Order: sequence, then C-alpha cells, then structure tokens
Amino acid sequence: MINLAGRDILHAWGRFVFTGIGLGLLIGVTLSMAGIYRGMVDDGKALLGNSGADLWVVQKDTLGPYAESSSLKDDVYRSVLGMPGVARAANVAYLSMQVRHGEADVRVMLVGFEAGQPGEPGYLVAGRHITRNHYEAVADVKTGFRVGERVRVRRHDYTVVGLTRRMVSSGGDPMLFVPLKDAQEVQFLKDNDAILNERARTAANPQLNRPGVPGLLESIQASQASSHSVNAVLVQVQSGADPEEVAAGIRRWKHLQAFTRVQMEDIVVAKLIATSARQIALFLVILAVVSAAIVAFIIYTMTLGKIREIAVLKLIGTRNRTIAGMILQQALGLGLIGFVVGKTVATLWAPVFPKYVLLEPGDALRGFVIVMLICALASTLAIRAALRVDPATAIGG
Amino acid sequence: MQEFGIRIEGLRKRYGEGDTAVDALKDVNMTVAPGEVVGLIGPSGSGKSTLLKCLGAVIEPTAGRMTLGDELIFDNAWKTRDLRALRRDRIGFVFQAPYLIPFLDVTDNVALLPMLAGKPNALARQRAAELLAALDVSHRAAARPSQLSGGEQQRVAIARALANQPPVILADEPTAPLDSERALGVMRILNDMARQYRTAIIVVTHDEKIIPTFKRIYHIRDGCTFEEAGEGRTL
Repeated sequence: MINLAGRDILHAWGRFVFTGIGLGLLIGVTLSMAGIYRGMVDDGKALLGNSGADLWVVQKDTLGPYAESSSLKDDVYRSVLGMPGVARAANVAYLSMQVRHGEADVRVMLVGFEAGQPGEPGYLVAGRHITRNHYEAVADVKTGFRVGERVRVRRHDYTVVGLTRRMVSSGGDPMLFVPLKDAQEVQFLKDNDAILNERARTAANPQLNRPGVPGLLESIQASQASSHSVNAVLVQVQSGADPEEVAAGIRRWKHLQAFTRVQMEDIVVAKLIATSARQIALFLVILAVVSAAIVAFIIYTMTLGKIREIAVLKLIGTRNRTIAGMILQQALGLGLIGFVVGKTVATLWAPVFPKYVLLEPGDALRGFVIVMLICALASTLAIRAALRVDPATAIGG
Repeated sequence: MQEFGIRIEGLRKRYGEGDTAVDALKDVNMTVAPGEVVGLIGPSGSGKSTLLKCLGAVIEPTAGRMTLGDELIFDNAWKTRDLRALRRDRIGFVFQAPYLIPFLDVTDNVALLPMLAGKPNALARQRAAELLAALDVSHRAAARPSQLSGGEQQRVAIARALANQPPVILADEPTAPLDSERALGVMRILNDMARQYRTAIIVVTHDEKIIPTFKRIYHIRDGCTFEEAGEGRTL
C-alpha cells in the first residue's frame, strides 16, 4: 500500500518543511528553557563540587553562605579542626559584586580562600595559582578576563594570574578568586570617610576614650578598622568518617550550623532556585500548549485543504483508519521535523546564552516523546474533521 | 469476465420528516446491461445527484430495490453490508472534475484502488499500466495530475474507475469541462471500455454534445424516471 502521508509531504514539502522549521524554533525555545533550568541546577552542583568541601559550617540559624548571609569569626575554623572526624577546615568569604572590565561591568562572585585549602579553585586552564598573599586573582573564563590583566576591585588593583572554568555561583555568575584577607577587606572594610567618622565617634565617647587608660582608644579603633569575619568554614572529613555525624557534632558542641553536601544541594537546588524553576516550568507548560495549538491548527488547516481529496478517497473505498493514519503520520512527521530543527537550533544557540544551558540527552528524549504525543493529540481535531467528511461531497449536488 | 449489470425498481428517497419532508426520488426504475452506456438527463433539482448517491451506495434509499449483478444491495441487511468495500470493488466513479489525488503520480492514482482492495503493489501498478495504455495516457504515467491536460486527467480518472474491474461505473457530468472534440473522445473511451470490460455505465449529463451518442436515455423529472431511445450516434 502506498504511504499516502509520505507522498503528500513530498508533494508539498516546501510548505511542510517551513512549517516544521517554525515549529522547530518554538521547540528549540522550549528545549533551551529546560536547558536553562538544568544549567541552573548544574551551576549549583558545580558550586558545591568545586569547593571541595564535605561540610559547610555557617552562622547558627542561617542557610548560608549561598542562600542566606552568614557571618563567622575567622578563628572558628580552629575549633572546628579539633572536632572528631574533621580532616581539614578553612575559611571562605563570598561576595557578589560588579567588577569593571574595560568599558563594561562584569558581575562576579568574589571568593576569598586560603591557598591549598578547601575553597581553592580545583584546576586551572591557564596561568598559575595564587602565590602571593595580596592582590592576585584567579578568574573563571566567563568573566572575560585574561591572564596578566589587572582588574580593580574596590580600592585595589588585582593581577589575574590564572584562569579556571565552570566556577560559577548558583546564579551563574563567574567566580573571581582572591586571597582570603583581601576578600575580607573588600567585604567588611569601610571606606575612608566612614572610618574617620567612626574614629571621631569613638574618640568622642568618654567611656572608650579614657585619659587614664592609655592605648584603649587606639585598640578599639584598630579593631573597628580590621575585619575578622568570614562567611563559612569549609570542612573536609577524614576518610571513613560519616559527614552527617561530624556535622551533628559541630551543631551540638559548637553552636554553629553545619550542612552536609546532600543538605547543601537541597538548599541550593530546591530552595535557592525554586522560584526560577517554577517560572521555567510555567514557561514550559505554556510553550507546550502553544506548540500543541500550532500543530493542531496547521494539521487542521492542511486537512481542510484536502477535504475534496478525502471525500474522493472515502468514496472509492479508503478505510477511515487509512485516512486517520495519513493525518496522524503527517502530524508526527511535522513533530519530527520540528524536533530535529528545535534540537539543532537549541544546541547551536546554547553557547550564546549568558547563563549556562545544559541540554541533557535524557531531556531531549523526553522532549521528543512529548512532542510526538502533543502532535498525536493535536491531530485528533483534524482526524475528527476528516472522518466527518461525507463521501457524497465528491459527487456534489 | 463478470456478468453484472444494474437494476433499480421503485427506488424512493425522502429527506426529512413530517411537514418538512422532501421526496427527492419518488419512483425510479432503471436497468443497465453489462457493456451498455446509458444517459441520465434531467434539469437541476430533478433528483439526479440523489439518484447518483443511491446508486453509488453513499446514501440509503427510503424504499425500493437496487440489484448489482445478481446481488441485492439495499435490503433489510444493507446496514451490515460493507458499503465502503462495495464502492471500492463493485462501483467505479468518474466525476465532473477528475478529482485525482494531487500528491500521487498518474500510475499510483490508478493503482490506489487495487491496493486498497488488498492487491500487491506490483500487481496493482501492472493493472494501472495496462489501463493507462488502453486509454493512451501511458506516456504520462509518472506525471503528477497537475501536469496533465484536462482531457488527460479525465482519461486517468476513467482508468481509476476501471481499476478494480467494477460491474458498474457512475459518471457524473464527465465531459462538462471539455470541448466538443475531447468530450466525444471521452464518450468514445467510455463506450470502448464498457464493451471491453462488460461494464454497465451510467452517464449523468447536461452536455448537448454527447446526448446523441446514447442508445438509451433515462430522463429524470420530479424524482421519477422515464426511458427514451437515443440516437446512438456512432463515435
């Protein structure tokens, strides 16, 4: 038996292909939306994975350091190091900020870390690690910085000595790694006017400026101008130790919050990007409905354009299921063309997106099945119209 | 060769019910022998199309008998009969416009019917090739309908009607869009095919050019048929 759907498609392939391309662009947008969501999840996991930590110790009663602000004194890590099961512990400071790059600003997550400790960028794609205590930086390639370039952060210039890759915040901002002390200064140090004002206020306070206690005022002013705060302590547990048990000990005895990797993933993926995920999910639903409506409309219109031929086919004895099969195959053919175009354009334009777009084969497979289902569903309207065609229409009168 | 003709006795068709009921066919009687071509002539609204639809097993008559060969078509058991298969295997249709399937080439337009009847593609295409040769359009076998002239399209439509060797062909104004020469050419083909395949052919027409070619003519007026001898002019 002749494949009527295939012959019809070949006969009007131009219209069919261009319609498929239009549908494909819509499917491409849908796949990209799914890819953006996957990218957000992957960014969050990359953030946790690249930190090299098993536990995140943060301020009590907070979900820091990524989902909420958290502040700890920078000597907390010493007491954490003394806990059973802890192999390494190191301070880190995080700060999202704009950094000037040429004529434009680059949004980065500034990361202060201690060399050789958890929190250090795992690998470099160019240059070297930070070796000096101040004013050197390692940047993610997405910042656009180059090795040797000097970038200004607050009051100081930093030399980019190395480049890394896939080091991004949960929001997709590329990271700029600097020595911890510099990050603390950037994050907590006040500007000169504020320092002068604070000194004057302190000196004017008779409780703090006692003539009989030499050195008191200077000590207080020095403590006000220095920072000893960090956002979190990253902990690596000893081999064989249960991270949950170590975290429970820290919570119990140090009065701090400690999250395991599973808990932190839950915070980053389920809580931090929950609103964005819902937003994308709604977009996906809307795009699916729009795609279904477009396919239904196109197939319905194509079918209405063939009413006379369908009437003739029915009059000469073509089975209803043959006619329904022809329309269904055309709808599926349209879906197939649309999916191939959509997958291709989504892959081509993914690198252009400012945020990471992760197109997973599993999502593509699910997308293909959904597109086929939508096309099959959308064809029912046209099939219904075709089956209602009276073969007597061909005779006329 | 099949020995079928068509016989209609007291055929009636009523549309609607009660006060709005319209009797489209009141008393139709008709007999067409195998190999015969008869004309069916009548003014607009006389019931031609309704009769054609009943003959084509597209609509059910209200009363009367219709026999195709030795088989009673519309009887009490007609609802269980596969009218779709009946139309496919036992009745051929030729329309005013050829209504060829635009996305199939000429061969497949003709071969489609045998294929629908379950014949293998190769056999169906062989049958199509024979018919196209008989109708002198085999040189256009690979063309699309849109690439054919009006006369060629109508010859392909006739080949399609003959594809399953039906005992009856219903031709609805088959020469209307054609000039005199081509119209007479189509009638010559129909007569040749009727003789060659022993097919009973009913030609519904208004076309003055071809009316003299019929040996027998049925006039239909107000839902009733009247038989008349035609000129039977040699083609």
